[in-house]
Amino acid sequence: MASLTLVQAINLALIQEMEADDRVLILGEDVGKNGGVFRVTEGLHERFGAKRVVDTPLAESGIMGSAIGLAMGGLRPIPEIQFEGFMGPAYDQLTNHAARYRSRSRGSITIPMTVRVPVGGGIHAPELHSDSPEAIYAHTPGLKVVMPSSPYDAKGLLISAIRDPDPVVFFEPKRIYRSFREEVPEDEYTVPIGKAKIVEEGSDLTVVTWGASTVQCIEAMDSLPEDLSVELIDLRTIYPWDEETVVESVNKTGRCVIVHEAPKTAGFGAEVATVIQERCFLKLQAPVQRVAGFDTVMPYYKLELEYLPDAARIGKGILECAAY
Amino acid sequence: MPKRTAYTAKIEHYQILDENGELDTRLAKNTLTDEDVVFLYEQMSISRHYDEIAFKLQRSGRMGTYPQNKGQEAGPAAAGLVMKQRGSVDWIAPCYRENLALFLNGLPMESILLHWMGDERGNKIPDGVNILPMAIPIGTHPLHAVGLGWSAKYKEEDRVGVAFFGDGATSEGDVHEAMNFAGALKLPCVFFCQNNKWAISVPSSTQTASETFAQKGLAYGHHCVQVDGNDIFACYKIFKEAIDRARMEHKPTFIEALTYRLGDHTTADDARRYRDQAEVDEWAKKDPLIRTRKYLENKGLWDDDRQAQIEAKAKEIVSRVVKNAEGIEKPKTSDFFDDMFAVLPDELVRQRETMRTSVLGQRPQTETLAGQPQHA
Ligand SMILES: Cc1ncc(C[n+]2csc(CCOP(=O)(O)OP(=O)(O)O)c2C)c(N)n1
Ligand SMILES: [Mg+2]
Repeated sequence: MASLTLVQAINLALIQEMEADDRVLILGEDVGKNGGVFRVTEGLHERFGAKRVVDTPLAESGIMGSAIGLAMGGLRPIPEIQFEGFMGPAYDQLTNHAARYRSRSRGSITIPMTVRVPVGGGIHAPELHSDSPEAIYAHTPGLKVVMPSSPYDAKGLLISAIRDPDPVVFFEPKRIYRSFREEVPEDEYTVPIGKAKIVEEGSDLTVVTWGASTVQCIEAMDSLPEDLSVELIDLRTIYPWDEETVVESVNKTGRCVIVHEAPKTAGFGAEVATVIQERCFLKLQAPVQRVAGFDTVMPYYKLELEYLPDAARIGKGILECAAY
Repeated sequence: MPKRTAYTAKIEHYQILDENGELDTRLAKNTLTDEDVVFLYEQMSISRHYDEIAFKLQRSGRMGTYPQNKGQEAGPAAAGLVMKQRGSVDWIAPCYRENLALFLNGLPMESILLHWMGDERGNKIPDGVNILPMAIPIGTHPLHAVGLGWSAKYKEEDRVGVAFFGDGATSEGDVHEAMNFAGALKLPCVFFCQNNKWAISVPSSTQTASETFAQKGLAYGHHCVQVDGNDIFACYKIFKEAIDRARMEHKPTFIEALTYRLGDHTTADDARRYRDQAEVDEWAKKDPLIRTRKYLENKGLWDDDRQAQIEAKAKEIVSRVVKNAEGIEKPKTSDFFDDMFAVLPDELVRQRETMRTSVLGQRPQTETLAGQPQHA
């Protein structure tokens, strides 16, 4: 066991999967000698060489589209898109090809690739370096979408993603890349895609969240009244998401607050709320509450903290839902 | 004849002012006047100081990420002057390494600092200034220059759409679509590619197997030319010809300006991780400020006194700009709602007024059900 940051845990998972399987290769902008702009691929170029850690030309469509070809050619590519805001040029390849090949070829062609993408706000970054587009990809049939919130989960989920027979978009919340450490086993292990984690057990109210917001929710819960027992669920996988864990929890508590950074309207929280309404209707004691980003462009960093759900806003949402 | 040559091409390279400050007087004819050269040298000096101060602001936590323009001032200065002399009527679609072209054509110097200070007001373009906000997604904005050039042609206005972008940007599909549209639709456009040898950590030799970046325009029917990008004379001459070609013939020009990024990619980068200091040292000798100053000194147009004067002036200008940028009142939270649409949808108004994203809490607490825990 070592105490690792999220960046180090991902780096370790990449090394171990590349050691174990020579079909695995990494491609992207600045992933080689520079080790990625967040240093997630640090040391990999030296270790595995330029054949397996490839600095590509500056072209996201090129990265995504050629990764699809690599996957069809029998490899396990890990394309990196430098920031979520630059998935735009790759969108066509990802949604119209990667997501659809299995279905349109009736299973004869599959795309086992893991698209790594730093995601989310809170790091004082420039424009288009702070968005949360997970719902767009969750809404694309044929893609799995994962977003870990801790070093342990990041390693286990990334290994699952790399071994998955289908395309996985692996979002890495950059706000917590280095914000805390956690014990991470040296050996390889997996965290299953599609399984949520109950971060804290409780009986009065359920909070459902994912990514860096998990940390904000924990902070919010610290200042709640002692006698309010909150169950915190980190979805970990946005698609296919763990309905059972959420439904079981809300059937127990009767109340639910959903927290995410992405804009509210048509955010993934809307989907979670709908399923709760479908499956917990008679148990609900309050409308499902959403504490989310606003339906605006993610503001530049002077105002980003007023956009992102923080402990105060989350705490308020929890108290109001509890009091309803 | 079963076999013939279907196409041949060559790319010319222009250098008029070499790194020792020697001028090719024949090629320099009808380009910059002495006053122009003095003006550009002064502007480049101010821009260099602006860059140094911006770097320090970032390092002391007073500004976010900033991309230095250091070493690349000549191309934007010369192109900027061409457009300024035309009354700043041309449309400029910039990236982030051509500050000077923007300052010369009406963008307040505060704007760029404000942008990198995380403030959208830095993107607010004064009325009558034909400049777009810096494009953060690499290579996406040349298409806007194409559309702007197209709009000028449509309206029969004497304006050109000008795009500035880097060597790395030429790998993006959008740049090629822009080049193709400009050529195929015969639009008044100029593509100014600053080949500074690097795209963050990726050298231009990894970016393309093409011998030059200039030749990329050939396939799209552009006039293509390579210039010494640290030479204000060559950049001025070639850019001016390109503007005229766009105006008179509706033929786009692709200019590759060979230059060098003397600083890190941005303040978030550490170039020592991926490039040799020897390469930086080599290029430092080709610095556009050094050679322009040598040229002026040789001609008796510059001396230490004038140097001291411009340095003092640069300090004064930049400190005033920094004061203005830092002195601006804090933006209001409502700002990021108000400019979303001409007329805000009800839901956005509700979110702005309540700072809430749920219907809960927007109603008085009288709806609280009896018998439920009361924590609110
Ligand atoms: C579409 C897109 N992909 C990736 C990035 C991240 N990025 C910012 S600058 C840059 C390199 C740009 O290189 P170049 O075009 O040569 O311009 P330079 O910075 O050298 O002036 C990259 C990869 C981005 N901003 N936009
Ligand atoms: Mg470059």
